[in-house]
Order: sequence, then C-alpha cells, then structure tokens
Amino acid sequence: MQAKAPPPIAMLAELTHRCPLSCPYCSNPVEMAKLDSELDTETWTRVFQEAAALGVLQLHLSGGEPASRRDLVALVKSAREAGLYTNLITSAIGLSERRLNDLDEAGLDHIQLSLQGTDAVMADKVGGYRGGFDRKMKTVEWIKQIGFPLTLNFVLHRHNAHQLPRALELAQEMGARRIEVATVQFHGWALKNRDALMPTREQAQQVTQLVTEARKILKGQLVIDYVPADYHDDYPKRCMGGWGTTGLNVTPDGQVLPCHAAQSIPHLTFDRVQDKPLADIWYNSSAFNAYRGTGWMSDPCKSCERKTIDFGGCRCQAMAIVGDASATDPVCIKSPLHRALQDQANEHAANSDAPFFYRISPGKATEPAE
Amino acid sequence: MLAQEIPSLPRGVRIYFDSVRDKWVLLAPERAVTLDQVGHAILNEVDGHRCFGHITAILSEKYNAPKEQIAEDSSGFLDALRARRFLDVI
Ligand code: SF4
Ligand code: SF4
Repeated sequence: MQAKAPPPIAMLAELTHRCPLSCPYCSNPVEMAKLDSELDTETWTRVFQEAAALGVLQLHLSGGEPASRRDLVALVKSAREAGLYTNLITSAIGLSERRLNDLDEAGLDHIQLSLQGTDAVMADKVGGYRGGFDRKMKTVEWIKQIGFPLTLNFVLHRHNAHQLPRALELAQEMGARRIEVATVQFHGWALKNRDALMPTREQAQQVTQLVTEARKILKGQLVIDYVPADYHDDYPKRCMGGWGTTGLNVTPDGQVLPCHAAQSIPHLTFDRVQDKPLADIWYNSSAFNAYRGTGWMSDPCKSCERKTIDFGGCRCQAMAIVGDASATDPVCIKSPLHRALQDQANEHAANSDAPFFYRISPGKATEPAE
Repeated sequence: MLAQEIPSLPRGVRIYFDSVRDKWVLLAPERAVTLDQVGHAILNEVDGHRCFGHITAILSEKYNAPKEQIAEDSSGFLDALRARRFLDVI
C-alpha cells in the first residue's frame, strides 16, 4: 500500500461539451456527453463545495464552451461562495457585455481566452466559425473595461505557428498579463488531425527560440508559459505533476477523471459525482489509483532516475501510440518506439494539404445562451 | 525592490487561508503559492499605499528585527511575484 495521496489543488469542471466552434484539436473526447445528460446547477454547486472541502483551490470552468450554459453566472457565484479561485476558460462566443458584468458581480477571478489565430481568416478557419474572431475582439474590449485579469491561450500548430509574434503583440494590446503558447497535444480530436496539425521539426525549434527571446524582452510585462511540441522532444511531459496528485476533471455528465483524456484508456472505469462523494473518488477509486506513484511502472521507467520527475510521461499517449497505458511514453528517448514516433511526426508534418477534420458538437442545440 | 516603490496586489491575486492544508496561500491565475511566515507578514502590509521602505519599517518594529534584514529577506520574494505579474509596483 502506498502513502496516502495528497489532496488535489485544481479541478477542471467541463460544464458542457456544447460549443459554437469546432476546432480540430479540441480536447473533448470524440464521444461527447449530450445536453440532456449534463449535471444541473444544484449538483455542480454541491461538487464545488465538496471540492473546496477536499482541498481544491483553483477551479477552471471549461467545456466545450462554458458560456453555452445558461446558468454560468449562478455557477460562478456558487464556486466563489465555496471559496474557490474561479477561472473561466472561454472562446468568448456567448459572452455579452451584460453577462460579463454579471460574471464580474458574481466574483469571477480570471478569464482565459482562447485564440485560434491572429486574424479573422486564420481564426475563423481553425475554429470553423465565421465571424468568431470579430466577436472575440469585441468581447475583449468589454473584458478590458471591466478589468478582468486575462490570459490569452494560443494553441499553436503547423498552420498558425508563424503567427506567434503577432499573438504576443495581441496579448499586450489586450492587456493580458500572461499568454500560454501551447503546441497542440495529440489527444481527443487532435489525434485524428495529426496530418493537418503536426508542426514541422523546424517550426518547433523556431517557436522554442522565439519564446526564449520574447521571455527576456517581455520580462515583467507579459508572462509566457510554453508547451513545446512533444513528438519532436526527447523527454516526455510530466503528467500533470503525477497521476492523481494534483488535479481532477469532472465531465459534463459527472464522471470524475484523473485527466481530461483518461477516457481513452479503455480498461479504466470512472465513478460519478452523482453516486459518490468527491473525496471518496479522489482517494479510493480504481481509476485514480491505477497510475499513482511509481509502482505500476516497468522498465525502462522503473529503473530510470527521472521517474519521479516525469512519472513516465503521459498514460494516454502511451495508450494511443503503444497500445498499453502502462508503457513508457513513446516520446521518451528511452522508449523503443521513440525513433518511430519521430519519423511518424515528420511524416504527419509533411502532409502539406491534409484537410481539417472538424470536431462535431454533441446532440441538441449548440447555440450560445445569449 | 527599492524602498520608495509601492507594491500592490492586482485584481485576481489574493491571500487566502487554506484550511485543508492549514497554510496561507497566494491565489493567482493558474497558481497557488504557499506563503511562509515572512511572505505572509509582508503581503499583509501591502495595501497599495505604503512604499516598501514603510513596510519594512513596520515589520521591523513588529518582529523586532533590523530593517535591512527584513528588506533583504523579502525583496527577492517580492521581485519573483512581480516577475510573474502577481504584484504591481509603482
Ligand atoms: S524512461 Fe520513463 S521515467 Fe525515464 S525519462 Fe523516459 S519516460 Fe521518464
Ligand atoms: S495522462 Fe497524459 S493526457 Fe492525461 S494528464 Fe497526464 S499527460 Fe495529460
């Protein structure tokens, strides 16, 4: 029996899988939860209270598009009353000026705005939603007026990597304190879109260099958090600080996951907030205990000096590529599949005219609430 | 941080008592920074009006420690917060 897990710090609440956009890299599962199965306001309110009592400090309200929930303001209010630091992760579609004012009053702490591209042509093509960019820019004005702290999230891939310098400028023009430059991670819909999205090795290197330089120049003005392209890397990303140590994810229909992509591991089963208290799920459920610590590892991870640094990398990526969720992340140079993955990445990146395979929204209305 | 500079916590950054872990933390976008006793004591005096010199003087009196010592102990901490945009300075 291993030592008791620490309490979680962050919770990602996927309020809905509905979204007016259809980005081809959406992290939602390919099988999405339908509108009729979404948790209601009362259940989320209870989950927020249970999360705070369990030790969660940071709440990320996400989706799909969380603004597609009619009760978003009420949810923010109840999250703040529970004592959680409340962050809204949004594309801005569905946020009117009045609604933003209501969110302000409800106590919303922070907004994280997604950026699909730095102009309407790119952004609307990637998001698959005409007019989306202009609406986003309009919403930014209201966000600025109210004074919400803002982070810009630029999801970077082969098509828009060259727009990074402009994205950094935009972030400053928008008054953002922080930008996340996140190269697409290949889970969910993105896995289907590797041909269209995979950056080239040269792009990945240029982006890394640009970020390094920009961090120096913009020190103290704009914080840049960076997720590099991991197929081109030699060591895998650390899995969220370790499986079941830092964060948890609640799906629109109430399943509690150790990470947003965990449903791609077919032998795991997930408890639901409707059936059990959150603390019980965190400490005792089989899914959370499956890859906690290092006991589940085999070689090369088992005897590796980095095993408590990256925890063997990503379980979902091992599942997707190796077909075994307890294998070493194939990104790792010590994985027998490392070379094959790098070759594969180059092949994906060479598909210059591969079409986007857009995400499809779950059944019923996809219209924003306002 | 210079003695005449005035630190303040910007919107979206706040001090919070984490009763589960029994610790003070600074909550900020995507981060929860655990505060030690010194960190907590300093941030408690940050009100957007007092300059850093004034803050160290207050703490020096309160904890009966030399002002320079306090300035030295806290300056790095505040600069790190400033670099992450968790602290505004005018
Ligand atoms: S062998 Fe495993 S633990 Fe070691 S660096 Fe690679 S993924 Fe990490
Ligand atoms: S298992 Fe993989 S996808 Fe899931 S959180 Fe860890 S790194 Fe991310």
